[in-house]
Amino acid sequence: MRTYSFFPGCSQLSSAEEYGISAVEVAEALGIRLEPLPDWSCCGASSAHMTNHVLSVALPGRDLALAKKEGRDLTAVCANCYNNLRSAQAELLSDEELAGKVEDIVGMDPRFEGKILPLLDIIMDEIGIKELEERVRRPLEGLKPVSYYGCLMSRPPGMMDSDNPDNPQFMDEMLSALGAEAKPWSYKTDCCGGSLSLTQTGIVVQLVNRLFDAAEEAGANCIVTACPMCLANLEMRQKEGRLRFNIEHHMPVFFITELLGLALGLEGTEEWFGKHLIDPQPLLVKAGLE
Amino acid sequence: MINALSSDLEREVERRSGEKARLCYQCRKCSTGCLFDFAMDILPHQVIKLVQYGQKERLLKSRTIWICASCETCTARCPNDIDVARVMDTLREIALEEGVEPAEGNIPLFHKCFLGNIQATGRISEPILMGSYKTLSGDLFSDMGLALEMLKKGKIRIIPSVVKNRREVRRIFKEAKK
Repeated sequence: MRTYSFFPGCSQLSSAEEYGISAVEVAEALGIRLEPLPDWSCCGASSAHMTNHVLSVALPGRDLALAKKEGRDLTAVCANCYNNLRSAQAELLSDEELAGKVEDIVGMDPRFEGKILPLLDIIMDEIGIKELEERVRRPLEGLKPVSYYGCLMSRPPGMMDSDNPDNPQFMDEMLSALGAEAKPWSYKTDCCGGSLSLTQTGIVVQLVNRLFDAAEEAGANCIVTACPMCLANLEMRQKEGRLRFNIEHHMPVFFITELLGLALGLEGTEEWFGKHLIDPQPLLVKAGLE
Repeated sequence: MINALSSDLEREVERRSGEKARLCYQCRKCSTGCLFDFAMDILPHQVIKLVQYGQKERLLKSRTIWICASCETCTARCPNDIDVARVMDTLREIALEEGVEPAEGNIPLFHKCFLGNIQATGRISEPILMGSYKTLSGDLFSDMGLALEMLKKGKIRIIPSVVKNRREVRRIFKEAKK
């Protein structure tokens, strides 16, 4: 069983608890151990890089220094955490002046040279599609998801080591392996406006509704994501669309790890699904997956 | 007054971000792909042009620098490899440092609450963040129903998860603000 340092991320301890729990359990079932990074702190999310560059490197820099002490490769499941850790690592390893400054600030060496990988990449590399297919206990027949990567998983280009930044495929491949009928669509990497959800709700409701319109047009009955901000925003602002535009979308949104857990036959999935603002149970019942 | 020039804006942006606005030849790919264009007063390709022109005040007072969500679609598509989203970050940073009145005040206020939460506990606690933002913005009731529903679904953790070594985190904030 290979062990990785795991950056849990703030939202996986609260609003996206089902993401953190399902990720750890799925990884374990697949023989990948996730060891939480001791005393990790917030990566600064959007607010740090939008207001103070040094802060946006030093906050994840502290975590990278902790990861360096642990001496293992690092993984994160939140797209925003992953993006910030990777960006900070790239800057710290290429800009010695900045690295020295951050080292003084955090009091530890932040030059982490291990790999930082999204959990899904690890699953693809270490398990692979073929073995994943063989491990499926409950094929997700009846689910017709569109994969929603959002903006932070595939950008800037080079963030994902192999996939196409404008038309990523790995979640679609994974979902097909689980027996779901993944639908193609053109909105995979369109931003949902998550960072403006509280401050510019009107703008965000428009963007979110466009995504649900497009998903319906593609013939999907659910959206699957790997970003906790996307999921929270899509669920929160889907409801708002009913009030503002009189549009009746009832489309559940899943974390990819929840569907992995369901297909692998893990226990406790109903607890994860019970935490969603858009109740996925009616769809799961209809698909015979309850 | 609003068109006051700052002849070294382009250089200042480059010094802070490493991005060379002068490479832009106005193909407009950034603005064409921008999902937030409908809410902006200056489009992304115009932002780059105004950086070249040294139109500092116009940029720092614009809605655009706050409306940009940093989705990086522009960055990914620029044929001259200008990280447009990074230029937006830099303009926001300059605006805050120089105390420019923001056109969309709630957005920097949200960032302030967000970072204030990290500074205090090392991690984001959604009740602390939402509580401080809603109180300071005066927008108390718009998401009340949502908050109750989240509470009901067990999506809100009341007791925050905190970093043990908060001194280290506070030091990061103190030094980064220098």
